[in-house]
Amino acid sequence: MRKSHPRGAPRAKRPFHPAERIMRVVFGACGVLAIAFVAVITGYLLVSGIPAIREIGLLPFLLGTTWQPGSDQYGIAPVILTSIYGTLGAILIGVPLGLLFAIFLGKMCPKRLYTPIRYAVDLLAGIPSVVYGLVGMIVLVPCIQTVFHKAYGQGLLAAIVVLAVMVLPSIISVSETALRAVPREYEEASLALGATWNETVFKVSFPAAKSGIAAAVVLGIGRAVGEAMAVMMVCGNVANMPALFTSVRFLTTAIAGEMGYSSGLHRQALFSVALILYIFIMVINLILNLFLKRRAGEGAK
Amino acid sequence: MGILQSENLHLWYGSFEALKGIDMEIPAREITALIGPSGCGKSTFLKTLNRMNDLVEGCRIEGRVTLGGEDIYHNMDVNQLRKRVGMVFQKPNPFPMSIYDNIAYGPRIHGIRSRAKLDEIVESSLKAAAIWEETRDKLRSSALGLSGGQQQRLCIARALAVKPEVLLMDEPTSALDPISTGKIEELAIALKKEYTIVIVTHNMQQAVRISDRTAFFLLGEMVEYGKTTDVFSNPHDTRTENYITGRFG
Repeated sequence: MRKSHPRGAPRAKRPFHPAERIMRVVFGACGVLAIAFVAVITGYLLVSGIPAIREIGLLPFLLGTTWQPGSDQYGIAPVILTSIYGTLGAILIGVPLGLLFAIFLGKMCPKRLYTPIRYAVDLLAGIPSVVYGLVGMIVLVPCIQTVFHKAYGQGLLAAIVVLAVMVLPSIISVSETALRAVPREYEEASLALGATWNETVFKVSFPAAKSGIAAAVVLGIGRAVGEAMAVMMVCGNVANMPALFTSVRFLTTAIAGEMGYSSGLHRQALFSVALILYIFIMVINLILNLFLKRRAGEGAK
Repeated sequence: MGILQSENLHLWYGSFEALKGIDMEIPAREITALIGPSGCGKSTFLKTLNRMNDLVEGCRIEGRVTLGGEDIYHNMDVNQLRKRVGMVFQKPNPFPMSIYDNIAYGPRIHGIRSRAKLDEIVESSLKAAAIWEETRDKLRSSALGLSGGQQQRLCIARALAVKPEVLLMDEPTSALDPISTGKIEELAIALKKEYTIVIVTHNMQQAVRISDRTAFFLLGEMVEYGKTTDVFSNPHDTRTENYITGRFG
């Protein structure tokens, strides 16, 4: 117990004071609990996800194109591709928009406007995803139907647009913070060389904030991959190969849509889908940590 | 007639009058030192010369500043002005980029794209700032890897790269060790053959060592201005005398 005392922290004069000891146990327990949750979830996913993959076979499971639980066909290639395309699409729209917005908010916005806009962005981040789904369903889907003259508006395009809007607040907020953290001296140096404010922001501030901005993008990707509810309400949720105007199914919506009534191998296969999703998120988080670490390294200089 | 001239220059930060009618003529190709205790307005005055005070909120200016006879506050594009009047800051502030890109930044901003031309400017600027020998083999590595003194000379090279007429230095050695300070001082003396230099310094010995003229500021006024040797050996004003003999400040 005493060995875990953080280095450099002043050691209490009476290390065995009862309140100290009790609180130390409480905090320790909280920390252990957090780790335990992750461990249990990982273990559970592995234990319940692997049997179905064994039975179906890894390649038929990952590369198979038909998902028909009735005839025991469990191929999730279309679902994986949809998740990848959907996320890429959302990032392709959301990142440029979000970054331009962050630049405006962090570097160009008049002071009076900053607080209300920032408040609106924070609010946007707090809206429950089912509300995004609802708006998508009622407004966006009919719009797509009319504009593109399709029989159904549901599909990949609708999902991409909803996801793009949903990743905006985190991208804006994280990259704006990174832009604000750029030392004022860099910008002054650029201005003193005769650069305009726009040139300064795009050629000095933006590159200086690049690792924070990269973290924002990865965070956005993570949100887009993991979102289920809003997507389910606009994507149609049929396991077709991804196309903009056909019903598609994401990794998340496959689980959310079928878990309720599945059983046997079908149910196990859904756990395997969850395992794949989990691996996706893990990889993205790993990349995020890499960026954050690099950023901390830069700060140390 | 000086290259830079201020006429009855007043400056307010909000309601605080930081400069109270400065009349000053800064001759070309000389080093002019601005000295005075903290808060006396010497840095503020320096920043009016390339309009860096425009960035300060609530800053208001009256009077005239002319560069080569042109009014810099009314008849000149601020970016053009800053190209002609370069600045070196108190704390070395190279961009977090390679050494090469640091120097090439200014020329690129002002429209130079040719690779050969940029190479040439980078080399000549680094040479002019006496840091070419130390950096020629690592132009592509980050400028943040240089020592403080090297960074400051890099910043001087960066300012020279846009070919200014005047170089403003705001306490350029206050964050440096004595050896680096010596190098910057030698550099300043070498540079005055081609550039007009205005330097703010806290260090009176430094003013004596390098400057041709010295202006003493106190509470927003310019108390005394003249040849450095005269100001330090035979000050006209008792306040100047008190300051340079170390009675206050």
